[in-house]
Amino acid sequence: MPESDSESEILNQAFELGYTYTRSTGPVVGRFLTGLRERQVVGNRGSDGRVIVPPMEYDPGTAEALSEFVDVSEEGEVVSWAWVKHPREAHPSDQPFAWAMIRLDGADVPMVHWVQANREADINTGSRVRVRWAEETTGSINDIAGFELV
Amino acid sequence: MSEQQEPVTGIEVPIYLKYNFTAGAGPARFLSQVKKGVLTGQRCPRCDQVYIPPRGSCAACGVATEEEVVLSDKATVQSFTIVSIPIPNNPIQPPYIIANLVADGANISFIHLMSECVNEDVRIGQRVQAVWKPEEEWDYAMDNIRYFKPIDEADVPVGQIGKLPVSGWKG
Repeated sequence: MPESDSESEILNQAFELGYTYTRSTGPVVGRFLTGLRERQVVGNRGSDGRVIVPPMEYDPGTAEALSEFVDVSEEGEVVSWAWVKHPREAHPSDQPFAWAMIRLDGADVPMVHWVQANREADINTGSRVRVRWAEETTGSINDIAGFELV
Repeated sequence: MSEQQEPVTGIEVPIYLKYNFTAGAGPARFLSQVKKGVLTGQRCPRCDQVYIPPRGSCAACGVATEEEVVLSDKATVQSFTIVSIPIPNNPIQPPYIIANLVADGANISFIHLMSECVNEDVRIGQRVQAVWKPEEEWDYAMDNIRYFKPIDEADVPVGQIGKLPVSGWKG
């Protein structure tokens, strides 16, 4: 409801613009999300032998389609990170947390996700972390309800 | 543990943008009158064009539009489109008509719904009138008017659309 001050008649109203996008995932991202639904992180192997997580549709070097999927561990290591002191509404945690590049064991390329930590001092480059799975998995990146320090 | 399920082929990724909209002085004066069931435009002191809804200034001349002009709730169809595709979360069922309407006494059109009409008969120059909600539901919003419906008046020639006085069309 708009608020009105009858003297100055300043009218304010909350307004939400929603774009209700749906996206088709294709076979590669679809495979990754299907894996998450089964609580398994899946990557794929590039032409140089590196395991890429999340899997890429095309080889970053040769641009050829990639098809060799590889299961990787749900544990890994923080490669780099940024501490979020004041989480905003759209963030995955209402408590301070870290965005992090995490290289899972069995993978050669780090992926971005968030790490739960009580204090900024608790997380370091090289910290070991593990997936915390959502109670109910649906085939979404949010099936990983963040990483926790091991 | 996990039952056999189809592979994931699609995801829902909605984006919601949340705004706090402040109307500003010109639109606020207009909306305060709409709440009373009155359509008011604002006249440009330089080019005499009457704007509804008024933005508080003339887009062509760049000057403030202080003079308020009470307009009729009768209007003329300047252009229209028949919407056939449903819009998510929009309660209106297609096919329906969205029209640019010029109120009598105004020179610029605004967008509103048309109803109580045969969609195929809607035409440029057609005369329409506002169908208001019950007074107790009036708020600071143009949807105090549910829609516009055709009235039994002669069509306005294209060259006359947007040039009618507030007293209406005698065609």
